[in-house]
Amino acid sequence: MAEPLLRIANLTLRFGGLVATDNLSMEVAPGELHAIIGPNGAGKTTLISQLTGQLMPNSGAIYVAGQDITRLPSYERSALGLARSFQITSLLRDFTAADNVALAAQAHAGHSFRFWADARKEQPLREAARAALKRVGLEERADVLVSELSHGEQRELELAVALATRPQLLLLDEPMAGLGVTESQRMVALLKELRKEFTIVLVEHDMEAVFALADRITVLVYGRVIASGKPDEIRSDEEVKRAYLGEQHAVTSQG
Amino acid sequence: MKSLLNPRNAVVALVIAGLLLLPVYSAVSGNLFILTMFTRIVILALAAASLNLIMGYGGMMSFGHAAYLGIGGYAVGILAFEGIGSGFIQWPVALIASALFALVIGSLSLRTRGVYFIMITLAFAQMAYYVASALSRYGADDGLTIYKRSSFGPLVDLSNRTQFYYVCLACLFGGIYLIRRIVNSRFGLVLQGVRSNEQRMQAIGFNANRYRLVCFVISGTICGLSGALLANNTDFVSPAVMYWTRSGDLMVMVILGGMGSLFGPVIGTIVFLVLEELLSQVTEYWALIMGPLLLLIVLFARGGIMGLLGRFSRG
Amino acid sequence: MLVVVEQFLNGLQFGLLLFLLAAGLTLVFGIMDFVNLAHGSLYMMGAYFAATFVAWTNSFILGVFMALGATLLLGVVLEFVALRHLYGRDHLDHVLATFGLILFFNDAVRLIWGPAGLVLPLPSWLTMPVQILPGVYYPAYRLSIIVVALLVAALLYWVVMRTRVGMLIRAGASNREMIGALGINIKLLFTLVFGLGAALAGLAGLMQAPILTVQIGMGENILILAFVIIVIGGIGSIRGAFLAAIFVGLIDTLGRAFLPDLLRMVLSSTAASTAAPALSSMLIYLLMAIVLVVRPEGLFPAAKR
Repeated sequence: MAEPLLRIANLTLRFGGLVATDNLSMEVAPGELHAIIGPNGAGKTTLISQLTGQLMPNSGAIYVAGQDITRLPSYERSALGLARSFQITSLLRDFTAADNVALAAQAHAGHSFRFWADARKEQPLREAARAALKRVGLEERADVLVSELSHGEQRELELAVALATRPQLLLLDEPMAGLGVTESQRMVALLKELRKEFTIVLVEHDMEAVFALADRITVLVYGRVIASGKPDEIRSDEEVKRAYLGEQHAVTSQG
Repeated sequence: MKSLLNPRNAVVALVIAGLLLLPVYSAVSGNLFILTMFTRIVILALAAASLNLIMGYGGMMSFGHAAYLGIGGYAVGILAFEGIGSGFIQWPVALIASALFALVIGSLSLRTRGVYFIMITLAFAQMAYYVASALSRYGADDGLTIYKRSSFGPLVDLSNRTQFYYVCLACLFGGIYLIRRIVNSRFGLVLQGVRSNEQRMQAIGFNANRYRLVCFVISGTICGLSGALLANNTDFVSPAVMYWTRSGDLMVMVILGGMGSLFGPVIGTIVFLVLEELLSQVTEYWALIMGPLLLLIVLFARGGIMGLLGRFSRG
Repeated sequence: MLVVVEQFLNGLQFGLLLFLLAAGLTLVFGIMDFVNLAHGSLYMMGAYFAATFVAWTNSFILGVFMALGATLLLGVVLEFVALRHLYGRDHLDHVLATFGLILFFNDAVRLIWGPAGLVLPLPSWLTMPVQILPGVYYPAYRLSIIVVALLVAALLYWVVMRTRVGMLIRAGASNREMIGALGINIKLLFTLVFGLGAALAGLAGLMQAPILTVQIGMGENILILAFVIIVIGGIGSIRGAFLAAIFVGLIDTLGRAFLPDLLRMVLSSTAASTAAPALSSMLIYLLMAIVLVVRPEGLFPAAKR
């Protein structure tokens, strides 16, 4: 296998006495869609937050394309092509959808210590914003304030913002959270499109979506990797069944 | 397309027209006091507008803004005292000194957030106050009289009341125009994004604190200009201009007018200072009324006057 | 040598007073997330009450206890009438509203007691110097401030560390949601803590009163020092406030006393006498700046989580 795009080595993070990430190692190859699953409290979001720099691990290392990024602040990781979507929607609520995306584009198009010209009239940024919004099917809603978008639209906007940073690695934290059936289907279709272009790490609870999309799956329990492999291998893994999938027979028997 | 004819814009237009025509009224009616009073209002409105840039757009609650009034003022006063009377030197020095102070204070206070930030900016401003009080060569506690206003050669004569007023007004309008450009620029959008959701802005690649710091410095610099004007207006500068209650007054002006609206601070300053004047004519103990009034405003009228007008225009 | 001991004790005494003020502030902030600028006004009111009640009753002790009670009551009323409506709001709202209260209190004092300051005379048994070391005398009153403040600090430590109320306070300071979950009468607890903070501020004010004049605005400068202490000590931490207060009291006092002489050793005497006052008034702020650079969360932050 070639140099993995993302390599996590012996990552550990403790909150007081609680070990949220326990000596965790995993790799993500370029071009793959790598799903991370696990019961509630398995430390999935904590892991994503360490990858993007919102949390700092106690020990261990994170490499992107061979470069050690463990101690970089999150804005520098973004410059290296790491983009995340948040599990709990995290957008600029008093800005329009287009402004949210244009700002993400702006962060990666020259410096922003420009004090005079009207940024909302910068065509390249607006173009990039429109393209990203179109990608997720929100072009009609460009000028609507985020606080007035529906929950589903906000989830899509999260993705558009991540796309506009021109990432090489997308870290998606439960993009399907709280979506209805039709909205979920739209999201799955969208992810199927995006995976052709980007390497994706997907944290998701919706097992149907995970098994439909993932090239590889890593299972976390209590901050530890208990299994990692192709969807079929995961499905037949005894430990996984015991620890996690046991409660989800509906899904396993379907596959 | 939003209608331009709403109460908010009407009030702003009225205020602009009123401020422009005030010297005419003063001359016709012979009421010199009103010109004096409004010169002060215009100068402090510039300070409030600069504070609004960091509070309203940057989300940084600085409780030490009066320090720049003092630094700008002392730059003028000390240079005048040492025999350098040219405004072309005094004013740039006032701006640069304020900018440097803001750079140091900003980079220290921005290591913290929230209440800490409020307390630290307050403490450092108080430090500036004590240092000024200890400058025995420049009058210490008693302050420093400025015998000659900044001179700009044949360009403009600041000792002429009307000319001075218009210089102040030009600085105010210039300052607000600058803030308007900044707010809508790339930098301004990042700044407001950081105010709205810092984590998100970091995640898409912005080093939030660098933008905050630059904003803090710009704001301090503008306020330094206001300080230079204020010293010229009173022909005097003393530590009292940077006493911490003055910082509080500036904050009140911003909130009263409406944080995060361009003209809010101007309206807030006018209302605050006119109210202070009127109340002090009624009773010596005007703060007995002003204090609880503030409490009520905080409890019931957030968003200030511009906020109320905005509510009107939405019906 | 004598001077050094005396100045050291002065610094300690000032630091302990600062602690009483900072303790109330940091408790109120820690548990209610409330920033109270008017804390300095309570300090001032303590001094005014004491001067008034001591004059009325002709008894120093009685007057002082009445003043303490009055400040506590004032704090409770203040919390009940105005401040509790501000909990949960923006810190900016707290700052503005309590700024309004300062304006109010200053003018109310001016209206009631007049613009001139008051004097709080000491009874004769407190004015004589006490021999603390062979040949070293120190004013009895200042010594008693040190003793009282240490006792109060110990009492406070006991309340916070050993009692049920103290447990709630500590729980609240490190995790505000938790006390709500414990099903405590929060409103009562808050009022209690606020009253306690007010009484501590009042105690500091009335103890300082015989040394300085009782005057309008006396609580404002010292409040800012209390802020500096909280920043240095770490918000919500009583222990941090105690250590930082003593540190600040010592540095400020010793700096003012000895910096001019120290500077004279390295600078010319005119330069030294110009620079010394400015530098010594900057000392504690420089200290705060250093703490901010090294440990922005303060030296002894309250334990989180």
